[in-house]
Amino acid sequence: MNKVLMSGNNIIGEAAIRAGCRFYAGYPITPQNELTEYMANHMRNTPDGVFIQSESEIAAINMIAGASAAGARVMTSSSSPGISLKQEGISSMAACELPGIIVNIMRGGPGLGNIRPSQGDYFQATRGGGHGDYRTIVFAPATCQELADLTMDAFDLADKYRSPVMILADGMMGQMMEPVVFKKPKARIYSEKFILQGAGTGKSKFIRGLILDAIDMEEHNWKLARKYKIIAENEIRYEEHQIEDAQMVIVAYGTAARIAKGAIKRLRDNGLKVGLFRPITLWPFPELNLRALSAKVKNFLVFEMSTGQMLDDVRLSLQGYAKIDFHGRPGGAVPTPSELANVIARNYDKND
Amino acid sequence: MIVKTIFSGFGGQGVLMMGLSLAHSAMNSGYHVTYLPAYGAEVRGGTANCTVAIADEEIASPVASEPDYLVAMNSPSLFTFQNKLSAGGTIFLNSSIVEDRPNRLDVKVCAIPCGDIAQELGNSRVANIIMMGIFIKKTNIVPAEMYLKNLELIMGSKKKTVAEVNRKAFAAGFDYVSDN
Repeated sequence: MNKVLMSGNNIIGEAAIRAGCRFYAGYPITPQNELTEYMANHMRNTPDGVFIQSESEIAAINMIAGASAAGARVMTSSSSPGISLKQEGISSMAACELPGIIVNIMRGGPGLGNIRPSQGDYFQATRGGGHGDYRTIVFAPATCQELADLTMDAFDLADKYRSPVMILADGMMGQMMEPVVFKKPKARIYSEKFILQGAGTGKSKFIRGLILDAIDMEEHNWKLARKYKIIAENEIRYEEHQIEDAQMVIVAYGTAARIAKGAIKRLRDNGLKVGLFRPITLWPFPELNLRALSAKVKNFLVFEMSTGQMLDDVRLSLQGYAKIDFHGRPGGAVPTPSELANVIARNYDKND
Repeated sequence: MIVKTIFSGFGGQGVLMMGLSLAHSAMNSGYHVTYLPAYGAEVRGGTANCTVAIADEEIASPVASEPDYLVAMNSPSLFTFQNKLSAGGTIFLNSSIVEDRPNRLDVKVCAIPCGDIAQELGNSRVANIIMMGIFIKKTNIVPAEMYLKNLELIMGSKKKTVAEVNRKAFAAGFDYVSDN
């Protein structure tokens, strides 16, 4: 297939439809509106495709939970404040083991904040977000091509682990255009026994998150925990960029990682040996892979468009094996590569 | 090689279309491209800008620290971005409505009355395409014919007369300046 120039929001929509998404519900919010618009325009031309502009974000997440229980590949999308509203539904989908994709095109927060790109929802995304003992797989794409590929993969993983999967990008990723090639999606593997489609004369099936017996609920929690352990063992993804000879490593994801790559290019032109470690899955976090780096690199700098959230995971991973500095620009400010390069250069030779 | 350009002006002047059409042409000429619009609550009359990066290798950052070119279709754009431009870069000015000039001496200035030329052509809306004619002639990033073909592609199913109007406007800009 030929390369096409598309915006991030539209790419997610196209990739989802190609991956077999046939039910989308969403409520408009900037900066992800183009995704909802794309689904409105294209679902009607897709056989069996359903698009619903719901009355609220809460309605949208519950609609996709229902459609997922009925066997459809489902997706909803929103931006930060809207994702907060969806949390009860995401928790419920995790409890009921319903696959589904939730796209968060992050904007400046907290509160209504602004509509500029930001990365302030890392904690919410990686810690489950809603109530209860659960996790969601979180993908953090950094290029438009990755948006396409990871959206398709997200559907496969959601089915494989019967779990909600979140795609965490920001306003810049949503609005930016880059050439993209859509890969061929895999065929869906999802057992009919998980689908509610009418018992007929057979035995009734139940999908529910309300389990009143404490021992039964405990067992359900442990079952989920075992699943999350398997995910953490098998689904970690990350990218290492120019770390072979690095004296210092930047840890950044998504848009921040793009800016960091630009900064690293500038620094390397000036002879500073700086590399990048980019988590692609934010949960499960590539903890051991990052720790392995500390065997030879002792100087790390975490860069986020927030006041420091992934920083906690980097601290947990490095456990005191290396020095960790932080640079953050929260609230919708997007630094330039040269600004970050200056910060990195200041910390390059620092040994405290 | 990597070239970064900021297109900036009033909403409604077609600055996003300038960037998008350039990005499209560069992609179809085999380059890596990123197109980053500054989105917001902007409406007609507000400010709009976009950053286009074109390279023959993978583009690290779509954000420009020091763009090589600035296309300023109005005065606020000049004030906002002139100090970002890299030394030796070029500022393209729509001198029909931008009376000010950059206060830097280390950049080239190409001041063209695109608005007036557009009026002469009888269509004030094509000032952006006239500027693209000048921009392509001066920068030579993509061949003129390649640009026009891609412009028609993204304008899509609109009337055929639109393509002709654009071609005429592009030629007016392209022929207005000498290449160097």
